Amino acid sequence: MRVTFTVNGREQSADDVWEGESLLYVLRERLGLPGSKNACEQGECGSCTVRLDGLPVCACLVAAGQVEGREVVTVEGLAEHARERAAGCATGACGTGLDEARKWAARPSDGAAGGDLAPIQQAFIDAGAVQCGFCTPGLLVAADELLERNPEPSDADIREALSGNLCRCTGYEKILDAVRLAAARTGEAV
Amino acid sequence: MDFLRPASWEEALAAKAEHPTAVPIAGGTDVMVEINFDHRRPEYLLDLNRIGELSEWEVGADGGTVRLGASVSYTRIMEQLRDRLPGLALAAHTVGSPQIRNRGSVGGNLGAASPAGDAHPALLSAGAEVEVESVRGTRLIPVEEFYTGVKRNALQPDELIRRVHIKTADGPQQFSKVGTRNAMVIAVCAFGLALHPRTRTVKTGIGSAAPTPVRAAVAEDFLNAALDEGGFWDSGKRITPSIAQKFAELCSAACNPIDDVRGSAKYRRHAVGIMARRTLGWAWESYRDGGTSKGEAQCA
Repeated sequence: MRVTFTVNGREQSADDVWEGESLLYVLRERLGLPGSKNACEQGECGSCTVRLDGLPVCACLVAAGQVEGREVVTVEGLAEHARERAAGCATGACGTGLDEARKWAARPSDGAAGGDLAPIQQAFIDAGAVQCGFCTPGLLVAADELLERNPEPSDADIREALSGNLCRCTGYEKILDAVRLAAARTGEAV
Repeated sequence: MDFLRPASWEEALAAKAEHPTAVPIAGGTDVMVEINFDHRRPEYLLDLNRIGELSEWEVGADGGTVRLGASVSYTRIMEQLRDRLPGLALAAHTVGSPQIRNRGSVGGNLGAASPAGDAHPALLSAGAEVEVESVRGTRLIPVEEFYTGVKRNALQPDELIRRVHIKTADGPQQFSKVGTRNAMVIAVCAFGLALHPRTRTVKTGIGSAAPTPVRAAVAEDFLNAALDEGGFWDSGKRITPSIAQKFAELCSAACNPIDDVRGSAKYRRHAVGIMARRTLGWAWESYRDGGTSKGEAQCA
């Protein structure tokens, strides 16, 4: 079957989708967006976290056919998503195109927030919250949603928001640091 | 495999009547796991996401019941129903993770009918009926009768769960769950308790300690009689340790658990007794304070 839905602000279609396929498979294998990671395939690890109509969900547990006509944001579109949230979308060319998303790579600015990264992405780099990197995309999407909803989260809020994302390298402390850092920087910027 | 996408409840019922083997999918948190692991290859998937009314809840005309759409997410239950359904809101908060709670729903818990489903003890203790429907008509099934076996329920092949009618809390409610960590655990065992001052009764629900979720009927009868005889509802005095202890023992006795990877039968029976005593204590303290518990989580 064909599935048409909005990915990172632009409409995309995937063809020859098997009816039992997950959104994660469509993103990675049909649309060429491997940022969302495939690990447990049972919603335990959070590596495949994306936004579905704004809510963080495990892409591995959403059936492809269920996203028809709906909006998905992946880690590849996160920087643009954060930019549009902060500054709005005045140019008319909103969102992230598929080619752009496929080529997306982290280009950290030197210390200053902004550049080509979302504040949460820059904060992960600056706080040393990335080790092997496999859990990072899911954590970024979950953490970015937390800060969107709650710009000044308590430590308990952060732990709760990230409780569905497993990281086997960091011991989580640097990740918590990164979310605190992103929140503090956003607070300063306002 | 075929993917059926009804746009309305009537279309969904018609599709289920035409294809009784169709597997309903809403949040996908159970069904997709089975498909991802090739444990299940249904001929038809019946997507319920397009049916907006399943994600809505309303208060019944008399105000005494919440009519909860089968697909209302656990996140929304936590955010919007903490006052009316404090026990269920507490249970909802222990489900999986934020990602899972954004998708999972009570309808799914009932459909899967796993004895470990977190919503069950809360539904049993609050008092609930499951509204199921097919093209043949509607049935209201008391939740106690809905669970018929391990992962089995009272649904006929052509029926779908539309709503759950849950009694609005008329007193404090509590929920407790044993697991190895706070997030992402399937319950080793769980316990729900609700005080019903209007009828001067206490109701219970035990999860993951019998082939189906069950109420501890003998324990309830004992406690109701003891509270009545001692005049506790009127005086609001503390429940004596001996009453609490006997209640806990009877709750343990209501279990019929198995040994499995998550815990032994002996441990489950023991833990249910502990949770019964503690949840009774918390709920009764809150009754003595004159309030209904607003569903704040307490550390067991």
